Amino acid sequence: MIDFGFTPFAAGVTDLDKANLSLAKQITEHEPSFNLCISCGSCSATCTAGQFTKFSFRVMCHQIRKGNTTLAIEEASKCMLCGKCTLICPRNVNTRNIIRLVRKAQTTTP
Amino acid sequence: MTKTVAIIGGGVAGLETAKQLNSLGYSVKLFEKSNTLGGHVAKWDRLFPNKRHASEVVSSLTLSQGNTQTLVGTTVSSIKRQHGNFIISANSNNHEADAVVLATGFELFPAEKKEEYGYGLFENVITSADLEQMFIKHGKPAMASGHKPVRIAFIHCVGSRDEKVNRPYCSKVCCVTAVKQAIEVKEAIPNCEVFCFYMDLRMFGPGYEDLYKEAQSKGVTFIRGRLSESSEIEGGRVQIKAEDTLASTPLKMSVDIVVLMVGMSPQLDTSKLAADLGLSLNADGFIAATDLHTNPTETTTKGVFVTGACTGPNNITDTVNAAKATALDVHNYLSR
Amino acid sequence: MSYYHHFVIPFTAGLLFLVIVVAAKWIIWIKGLNNQQKRQVKGNIFTKKSLLATWEVLAESLFHRKVFKKNFLLGYMHMSLALGWFLLIAMGNLETRIFTHGQLNPPYVPIFFEFFEHDLSTLRYKEIFTFVMDFLLLFVLSGVALAYFKRATSKPLGMKQATKHAFVDKLALTSLWLIFPLRLAAESVTAGLYGTGGFFTRWLGEAIAPLPAIDMLYYPLWWAYSLSLGLFFISVPFTRYMHIPTETLLIFLRKYGIKETEKHTSYTQVELNACSRCGICIDSCQLSSELGISSSQSTYFLKSLRDKKATDYLTETCMLCGRCDYSCPVGIENSTIRLNQRRESPATGTSFGYVPAIEASKGKIAFFAGCMGQLTPSVTRATLALFDAADVEYTHIDKDATICCGRPLQVNGEENAARELAQKNKQLIEGTGAEALVTTCPICARIFAESYELSIPVYHHTQFLYQLAASGQLKLAPSNNLITYHDPCELGRGLGVYDEPRELLKFAGNLVEVKSSKTNSLCCGGSLAITSINQQQRNQMARKTLQSIGANDVDFVATACPLCKKTFTAASDENAILDISEILVKAFANTKQSSKPEQKQTAKETSTVN
Repeated sequence: MIDFGFTPFAAGVTDLDKANLSLAKQITEHEPSFNLCISCGSCSATCTAGQFTKFSFRVMCHQIRKGNTTLAIEEASKCMLCGKCTLICPRNVNTRNIIRLVRKAQTTTP
Repeated sequence: MTKTVAIIGGGVAGLETAKQLNSLGYSVKLFEKSNTLGGHVAKWDRLFPNKRHASEVVSSLTLSQGNTQTLVGTTVSSIKRQHGNFIISANSNNHEADAVVLATGFELFPAEKKEEYGYGLFENVITSADLEQMFIKHGKPAMASGHKPVRIAFIHCVGSRDEKVNRPYCSKVCCVTAVKQAIEVKEAIPNCEVFCFYMDLRMFGPGYEDLYKEAQSKGVTFIRGRLSESSEIEGGRVQIKAEDTLASTPLKMSVDIVVLMVGMSPQLDTSKLAADLGLSLNADGFIAATDLHTNPTETTTKGVFVTGACTGPNNITDTVNAAKATALDVHNYLSR
Repeated sequence: MSYYHHFVIPFTAGLLFLVIVVAAKWIIWIKGLNNQQKRQVKGNIFTKKSLLATWEVLAESLFHRKVFKKNFLLGYMHMSLALGWFLLIAMGNLETRIFTHGQLNPPYVPIFFEFFEHDLSTLRYKEIFTFVMDFLLLFVLSGVALAYFKRATSKPLGMKQATKHAFVDKLALTSLWLIFPLRLAAESVTAGLYGTGGFFTRWLGEAIAPLPAIDMLYYPLWWAYSLSLGLFFISVPFTRYMHIPTETLLIFLRKYGIKETEKHTSYTQVELNACSRCGICIDSCQLSSELGISSSQSTYFLKSLRDKKATDYLTETCMLCGRCDYSCPVGIENSTIRLNQRRESPATGTSFGYVPAIEASKGKIAFFAGCMGQLTPSVTRATLALFDAADVEYTHIDKDATICCGRPLQVNGEENAARELAQKNKQLIEGTGAEALVTTCPICARIFAESYELSIPVYHHTQFLYQLAASGQLKLAPSNNLITYHDPCELGRGLGVYDEPRELLKFAGNLVEVKSSKTNSLCCGGSLAITSINQQQRNQMARKTLQSIGANDVDFVATACPLCKKTFTAASDENAILDISEILVKAFANTKQSSKPEQKQTAKETSTVN
């Protein structure tokens, strides 16, 4: 696992002065719908993986927005790409593309 | 000579506009496609925020009509402009009018379109409108089997704020309606557990927040999360799935009745009339007025006015206010 | 008698180069085939398959049968160039052979025969030869003229978009376009000066002969002709014209039963080089026709792969709908090559260790609704109601808990991750002891059938229900409803299931057949194989597809895929979109309606008993 040297959640406080938001920026650039989430949770509720493990697409996006990249990348590996979340997202967030972008970030980040 | 105004739609908006124009001395023809006046409100049991009986509002409006000529069971098939007047074809008769007011309202979102919620498929998945009917007929909800429910879930935003069904907008009144109905369930069946699944509680009107507080004090549980899907289990009960977003955990539970808070959709018939008259629709499919802020009742076609929920989701108070404003604008137009 | 002049060097050198390079490539490709493929070649080379392949080479490489099917003018253009040129060479050889009494001549002799031999009076059938040679030249030139015209505007030739070509391709194209006009000029000038040629070159030669200094053009034109030929030959291995020799090899290998596997093989190289980059795939692609994305189609993707420059954009910007596989005149397995390229990209790290072993109760038929099935409960319910109606003993294996079939991972190139899920599901399926697996989802059906290696047959529910309906086990009564059917990509082009859904619908109502159906059907836009397009773009495609199947003129739009159903429903308020099973449930209800009096009677009887 990649250590970014900073995990806001570990300290229990999100410090947006120090957070590394590069992944969030990168994703927004490629997939603008990343910003459209209204946190309704229907993606997490319908999630095939979420039945068996603590995985939430919504929370993963939230972590990315707070700079908690390491956790997010680890989370993204649990997704089966089945597409249910894409089919029900009321804001048309392109969820599968975001997962793919996060996974790619894992293979490309030094 | 007395000028004639045709009002299409006999719901709250149409009735109030008719009443006002009638008292201003116009000859008013009110067209209503169904056999009764009062629109959706006539099918409602009690109203938010004060749980007043809807029938009171409807009868107060219908009783103050004076000389209004009400044509119930009359469907307007087309409206044509001719020499500055309008020819309204309804039930194969033609009527002439100097001005037209569209007060055609809304239709309830067809909940079957949200297939994963199971309306029309699972017998104990009902809509908020179905629940009102239960209140009117029996004073309390019951399962399809006739059994008394001990657990009911209200699902907010069905056909609202949902781009997957082409309804990206908020229908405004469903949040407070759900809260009102939740309280009514609690009052009718005190030991029934009641849950509200919401995304945001939009309690914008007078007395709404109080209603929310009342629901909380009566033990209604609010869960912040949107229903993803439901399935039918033994005994016709329904299992629902959502995320408890405040706890960030998926949640599933079985309930006796699921109530879908259906939103307000544009009327398909209205869109046809609007096309006849060359009116434009807004992005959500409702009729667009010439100026959202300063001219919310006039349309781009001279002599054609809009009022009420055919311009977008609205509650009764705002609809009545809009109707009064429309009547004044019609008066100004006809006395020019 | 020996014929020679220095100007033949460019042609001869070019030809020699081409022959050596093509031979070397063929040898490398054939040697590079995997053992299974080599066995296929060895086992079939001396069978009638080689004859059939030869016939196909004639039909496709010379007559361009498939291009003709696409558009007559486009077909004629290709045929006149290929067949015309081939016949020119063949007739030229025959003419020289006869004239030199069977002598074996260097290859340049027949090509430049008009230059070498001005007196053909001793040639048998002289009149016929000179006529035919001129006629063939005109035939080829008519194709060249069409090609010029196509560059200027491709619409009349049935193509909205033509491929944008690289510089070397344009260079090769220019030399190719010059060959025949130069030949005409050289032969005409020769005819003008020496009285040779046939009806046309002689006439043209005589017409230009009085022009001043025409004899000065004699040698330069023959030089130019030879140079253009040489240049073209040398350019072939580096350009799209490599498709000409490669397609021949491809046709033979394909006839021997060789196909793309799950990995690039040397056969893939043959396919890549057989692409003529005609661009027909661009028009067939909805990303281009609906969304204006016209830079990632197979023509571009294959070229990039051939040049070892395939980018993520090219590999991933494709719905894998398979339409281009069917429109490709060379029959290249575009989608499989694209999928295999996705498989080549580095794994992005999936971890499914959390998935528990899932069990289901035993049953004769294992029913799998899939992930999408949970969002289309109406389809599952209808299918199971039909099972009940036909007394099928089934077990619904993913009723409570389900994992994905793996196909969505597979189409995104994550093969190993897909296999991991497949393994879990395989245990689930085999644990039920079922005799067959039925699924309502074509996406699941495809991976079940192609990658699971199950010991029991896999049926899409339309196939299974058709068996039940055809055998009378499931009773249905049609209504007067008009129904149009949308072929899901994975079911139609993917699994080749076109007829069962249609036959089933005839049990339920009146099926309206549309033009864009079966292999030519459009994708609904919901494809899981592309992630970079947004919902608005998907809706746009869905609305066009609904239009193409005449959705507004029927009572029901039928489909057989939960994803298609969801995609259409999201895009359209106006149409009633139903799965076939839902329509069949109505048809089943019709049988009850007609036997209603009987039912009432039983009800009465029961009440009296009570």
